Amino acid sequence: MPIEVEIITGRTIDQGRTVEEKLSEEYFKAVSYCELSKDDFEALGLNEGDRVKIKSDFGEVVVFARIGDLPKGMIFIPMGPYANAVISDDTDGTGMPRFKGVKAIVDRTDEEVKRIEDLI
Amino acid sequence: MENVVCTFCGSVCDDVQFDTQQYKGKKFCALGMSKFSAKERIKSPMIDGKAVSYEEAIDAAVDILVNSKKPLLYGWASTVNEAIRVGVILTEKLGGIYDQCSSVCHGPGVLSTIEEGLPGGTLGQVKNRADVVVFWGSNPMEAHPRHPTRYSVTAKGFFVKDRKERKVIVVDVRKTKSARLADEFIQIKPGYDYAIFSALRMLVKGEEIEAEEVGGVSVSKLAELAETMKNAKYGAILYGLGITQSRGRDRNIENAVKLIQLLNRYTRWIIWPMRGHYNVVGAGEVPAWEVGYQYAIDFSRGYPRFSPAEFAVSEALLRRDCDAALIVASDPVAHLPKKAVEHLKSIPVIQIDPFPNMTTLISKVVIPAAITGIEAEGTAYRMDGIPLRVKKVVDSEYWSDEKILHEMLKRVEVRMGFS
Repeated sequence: MPIEVEIITGRTIDQGRTVEEKLSEEYFKAVSYCELSKDDFEALGLNEGDRVKIKSDFGEVVVFARIGDLPKGMIFIPMGPYANAVISDDTDGTGMPRFKGVKAIVDRTDEEVKRIEDLI
Repeated sequence: MENVVCTFCGSVCDDVQFDTQQYKGKKFCALGMSKFSAKERIKSPMIDGKAVSYEEAIDAAVDILVNSKKPLLYGWASTVNEAIRVGVILTEKLGGIYDQCSSVCHGPGVLSTIEEGLPGGTLGQVKNRADVVVFWGSNPMEAHPRHPTRYSVTAKGFFVKDRKERKVIVVDVRKTKSARLADEFIQIKPGYDYAIFSALRMLVKGEEIEAEEVGGVSVSKLAELAETMKNAKYGAILYGLGITQSRGRDRNIENAVKLIQLLNRYTRWIIWPMRGHYNVVGAGEVPAWEVGYQYAIDFSRGYPRFSPAEFAVSEALLRRDCDAALIVASDPVAHLPKKAVEHLKSIPVIQIDPFPNMTTLISKVVIPAAITGIEAEGTAYRMDGIPLRVKKVVDSEYWSDEKILHEMLKRVEVRMGFS
């Protein structure tokens, strides 16, 4: 059963360490996952390394799933091209897209995670 | 071993060393260490993926720019003021849009400064005086790893002598790595920062709140925080993208500034943004001293106009309001919403950057640049507005951003008939 979540995006050390090597395997690993709360992770019947599909009003993306220290109903995706496939492009006139606090649906998937080059 | 200044994050650490023979850093955090290490470079200037000379690439770039009705010149946060200055002049001559990374980062803080001002202080003040530090929606352990030790948590200052004399509070929607080093972590509901700042303003004034909780935090906990704030000798809210990129955006910061103004009736408080890239402050300050605005500036009418609703990079791309782009020291393809990237893919793009990234993959003209802080020098503003000279310590075949942009400007002036 898919679950409803709120997406938060942000920096991580690994995203920062690899940000000048965007076409590398390390950057791919650093940004192509999402963290879910333990409860949500288990509710979706996930194991470490499984993939999830995230769908919002603004797009969809497949990423790897991990358990993170998060409240139930919140997922965290490191800032980057995977997060940007689902965050809100509406700026409410401020010029700033909503990178945090976007509603989405998450479900387990067997689809592959796209490579960085294939996201374009 | 050379003494250098780090050109990764907004902390711009000026106490680090770099071994130019081994190409290895010393005293850096993980982020700085990666910056000062060997990695894949763009090997030569390219047009449509074919290697060409710098002159040929610059000619092709100028061709695109002068034939464009309204080019977008975007990026600028990871280069020096000298290069940014040429970029602003270039945008003006071309009648284009100047925008920089703040528009997807701390731009809302600029809007709130226009409304309310910014009661601020330097990192030196934070280190020496701040006995209460609140990280609000910011996560220095992952974004500015040496900030806590150099300035804001364990730093030994003149008045605040050690960690025991400083109370550190983290307010966030999730338990970040920074939350773990705090004396107190206050977890709030996403999108409720504005309401919580309002509640704190009421509590500081001594007004009653007719609710049990605000934004997921009990009113008694908020009352405790308000008391801690009032009793500080010198407090600092150091905020991050948690409040600039979520519901409320600039209004969140405006409300936080109002709280700080109020607290200053009782004691001394400052508020300051935790700026990301090493010279993202310069990307705003330089156009401010050149043409009066920090970002989202349009020159298409021959004079500068500021309007983030129209000229911030996301808006300009979503409305397809630019027909060419020059991207300098940035990677918008990786960092903008997908729909905004769609338009970027459909127009000719010129990129100036030391490293291949996602924008390289869609660029018609790619011009590799020297790495500023290692192979090129200049001036950068630290996150608190302190200018620091970043060094050139390694010779390189690559041209600096400043030199590339100068050559472009010279040719644009000739092509467009400016004397």
